[in-house]
Amino acid sequence: MTEEKKTQYGDPMTYPFWEAAAQHRLIIQHCKRCGSHQFYPRPFCVKCATGEVEWVETKGDGTIYSLTTVRVQISPAFNPPYNVALVQLDEGPRMLTDIEGINAKIGDRVKLTWRERTDAPPLPVWIPA
Amino acid sequence: MNNPEKNPVYIAGVAETPLGEVYDHTELSMVAVAAKEALAEAGLTMKDVDGILVNYMGEEGSVQVGEYLGIFNARWTDSTDLGGAAFEAHVHHAMMAIAQERCEVALIAYASRQRSLRGRTMASREQRVTIGSQFEAPYGLPFPIGYYALIAARHMHQYGTTSEQLAEIAVAARRWAQMNPKAWRREPLTVKDVLASRMVCDPLHTLDCCLVTDGGGALILTDKEHARNAVKKPIRVIGAGESQTHWHISQMPDLTVSAGAVSGREAFGMAGVTPKDVDFVEPYDSFTITVLQTLEDLGFCKKGEGGAFVSNGRLAPGGTLPAMTMGGGLSYNHPGALGLLLMVEAVRQLRGEAGERQVKNAKIGVAHGVGGVFSTAATVVMTND
Repeated sequence: MTEEKKTQYGDPMTYPFWEAAAQHRLIIQHCKRCGSHQFYPRPFCVKCATGEVEWVETKGDGTIYSLTTVRVQISPAFNPPYNVALVQLDEGPRMLTDIEGINAKIGDRVKLTWRERTDAPPLPVWIPA
Repeated sequence: MNNPEKNPVYIAGVAETPLGEVYDHTELSMVAVAAKEALAEAGLTMKDVDGILVNYMGEEGSVQVGEYLGIFNARWTDSTDLGGAAFEAHVHHAMMAIAQERCEVALIAYASRQRSLRGRTMASREQRVTIGSQFEAPYGLPFPIGYYALIAARHMHQYGTTSEQLAEIAVAARRWAQMNPKAWRREPLTVKDVLASRMVCDPLHTLDCCLVTDGGGALILTDKEHARNAVKKPIRVIGAGESQTHWHISQMPDLTVSAGAVSGREAFGMAGVTPKDVDFVEPYDSFTITVLQTLEDLGFCKKGEGGAFVSNGRLAPGGTLPAMTMGGGLSYNHPGALGLLLMVEAVRQLRGEAGERQVKNAKIGVAHGVGGVFSTAATVVMTND
């Protein structure tokens, strides 16, 4: 893999994530030593501080840990109202995301879907399970 | 030598910069005005200052401020950026420096014209390709209110906290502001008004949010010998602590526990007092939820009991825990970072010069800064004994 390719998204650490996203696969890191999962990616395990990490695929099933409905327009790209949430994956890590569809609440089970973008790889978002 | 009990440290002067909407100053000239006034209270001049601690004053801020003020021989310099908590952390740092005789007269200063320059936007703070630009910005969470909304929503879910309880905090701040001629908003405010104000990010309404104003301040921290020059009563710092948790909201270990849990433990531990000994508190009220969760984290009540604790006017004039006594960021002033002004007010209360809003027999006060998206915290415990 060329150096140029690794930096095509501007961040060599997240390059594998966006390559997988292009195929609608969600990958997170897994520690070979303590078994915990983490997101966003780092070159070591933040849980045990020593372990070697590897990328693993997740189905993306999770639970809404917190949620807000945004009712103000912050840029032309966003049309309120819409839901932004922290989703806790079943593997443990939390991800900030949109919840598509306005009826959602904390504790709800959610599943992964992908939002296509013209200027970047597909974006993971969640919908009620 | 590093023991503040043997080498006590005093706040010998405080001042506000011009406040509100400021069109006839730059940030640096605002700092100069406040520094001069704070030094006058301390009975000192710019020539006595050998420590400079600032935040948000541009790149290498302590250098920019030092040059502007003509201070070329500083031996303690610090541009630590803990957001709005930086100034309480600066007191912590300067306190250690003074106690170890690494400097004698420390100036802590800040100014912002975010209102007149229309500098505040709710769009993402990220410009370059970062974790935030990739994994936060695409989801359109308004900064910072959306982040605090997630925290408030979780607190409500976990502990049953209500919008009415959060609104009580805004009402308490307004009631104090009504007694402060310098406060930006002084018209009467009720819980009903807060709940009827526009919802921005559920569960936070417009009136759950702090103001956007210009302002800033200066504070002089010094040793016992220099404090003898003070024109007004010097206020002793007896404890300070700081901490931090996350930069990205997805990484906050527990949305219902802030870095104040550590900074408070550190500060109260150094001071040898507990929240029960505190006569008033100046919590950082960027949003109503910030106050509620801070009071829990500092130990004024148990985790999860903040809603009941702030009810029935406990924080308002006449309540058992006076808080936000100048009107807070919610009603007095919020110049982008409120931390310094929290200590200005605490000092004025402890000197007994707060006028109509004076807390009776105030002996121990706490100022607690918060920065980022509830990311940082620093706590300062002060006394007038």
